[in-house]
Amino acid sequence: MHLTITEKILRSHCDDNNAVAGDFILADIDKCLANDITAPIAIEVFEKIIEGTDHSLFDNTKIILTPDHFTPNKDVASAEQCEILRNFAYKYDVINYFEVGRGGIEHCLIPEQGLVKPGDVFIGADSHTCTYGALGAFSTGVGSTDLGSAMVLGKCWLKIPESIKFIFSGHLNKWVSGKDLILYTIGKIGVDGATYKAMEFTGEIIKGLSMANRFTMCNMAIEAGAKNGIITPDNITEDYMKKVSGDQYNIFNSDNKAEYSDIIEIDCTRVEPQVAFPSLPENAKPISEVNNMRIEIDQSIIGSCTNGRIEDLRIAANILKNQKINHKIRCIVIPGTQNIYLQALKEGLIEIFIDAGAIVSTPTCGPCLGGYMGILGAGERAISTTNRNFMGRMGHVESEVYLSSPAIASASAVKGYITSPEYI
Amino acid sequence: MIGTVIRYNIKDINTDLIIPARYLTKTDPDYLAQHCMEDLDSKFTQKLKINNYSILVAGSNFGCGSSREQAPIAIKAAGIKCIIAPSFARIFFRNSINIGLPILEFNEIENFNTDDTLEIRLDEGIIKNKKISIEYRVKKIPPFLQEIISADGLINYTKKIIGKFL
Repeated sequence: MHLTITEKILRSHCDDNNAVAGDFILADIDKCLANDITAPIAIEVFEKIIEGTDHSLFDNTKIILTPDHFTPNKDVASAEQCEILRNFAYKYDVINYFEVGRGGIEHCLIPEQGLVKPGDVFIGADSHTCTYGALGAFSTGVGSTDLGSAMVLGKCWLKIPESIKFIFSGHLNKWVSGKDLILYTIGKIGVDGATYKAMEFTGEIIKGLSMANRFTMCNMAIEAGAKNGIITPDNITEDYMKKVSGDQYNIFNSDNKAEYSDIIEIDCTRVEPQVAFPSLPENAKPISEVNNMRIEIDQSIIGSCTNGRIEDLRIAANILKNQKINHKIRCIVIPGTQNIYLQALKEGLIEIFIDAGAIVSTPTCGPCLGGYMGILGAGERAISTTNRNFMGRMGHVESEVYLSSPAIASASAVKGYITSPEYI
Repeated sequence: MIGTVIRYNIKDINTDLIIPARYLTKTDPDYLAQHCMEDLDSKFTQKLKINNYSILVAGSNFGCGSSREQAPIAIKAAGIKCIIAPSFARIFFRNSINIGLPILEFNEIENFNTDDTLEIRLDEGIIKNKKISIEYRVKKIPPFLQEIISADGLINYTKKIIGKFL
């Protein structure tokens, strides 16, 4: 039997040695995660399940809680939600609870803290949990009830997904990043093009991509409806793991004759930097088409679990250095974690952003989901390095979000309309 | 189950439309229900109440986007007993199963119009449109998931497991 990396990881985490794509399993999980939006319901579920039994957390070291969406608390209701996480963390001795000021955006934070490793099964009550597939883990988003149940059992029901293999070949054009590759891919297959499936990213181009770019690509697998995105670990993965964790891990890879529901080849030589138009991530257009449209913007967001890593901030700073943000534009830069913030400070990036006229926020998911820290009013338009551009996503239902890489978001902040960094 | 249809012939109805993030600071189902679908149709909850609609029919990729369980919770608390769509986003799908809200995959949603009365037999995978007296066969919910639904959701299912195995 020839298997994909996803099938192998899941088979190694359940008691069915013959499990393949299509089978339902109760998978053993290595870690599970929730945030200030999803944990309150998960905690309520957890308490209901254990009530009247002598059960508790299956393992207090394997639960991760990150108050990151509406923090620092945006209002009284958010403060109350965060308090639920905090009280729970102290009551059950959840050691991986990341208080405001000592953490950051979950999907930037967790790899940085070495809390996920190749070969793991990781579930998170957040749809972008698929990010960690970049490390060769099976990682997927679930709901709050799933998480409440998993906190007791250490297990989660899953259907082993079929996989689609993406082969990225050719060479990367100037300014083309992981964000452009994934927007291009979603543009090609659609927002439901990989529903219930694994997106396995392979090919020469992937082998040459940095971890930051790989995280960005796997992060947006959910925007094509996928269960998980995944990249086979290589020396780039191993170098990254050496920096963040001393733990042992298992490397899995797909058999040459593994079965795929589809194989899609992408010649990167033909891929330009991309911009996804409102109101779906699949509305991707090449920048050469967009340049001529002169789409004026009101706001530029650089950050998020998709593009809030130090590499992203370096690209932005490189473009914004000795430049001024257009007088009509608000540019908001959000480092993904406190460590990234500190690193950016040491490298002088924060100074560049402030000199240019951008505002630098503490780590938060805030504006991406229309929470706070950059809400759009009616008729306003943003270019953003985040991952969703649904109707009303960043604020008023009549506002618009265009998705791009940090390079395009930075260049557009300078010009005042969506444009290529070539013109800076 | 017998109920009346409210149909939105729209694809990709996402979790931001089902329950916008601005309401995610509270988890009370009734509060969430009040704001359910309001960015898509500001009269949604009102229509449900006045017309006693309880079956939601919608376009493909229903529930795409976020993992927020508040989305199916809001729909269920608003009075919807079953959702029918050609396809569902996967986290929305599992969240619905987990909270005991049946959802059915069916391609030809044009057979069910707003105000039609449907009889749904989940265990048989049958939907009958009582207005035109035609029965449709839908994809049955797999046995593993039916176990969760028949336990009235994942909480009770998990309680059973810990009673049995651990």
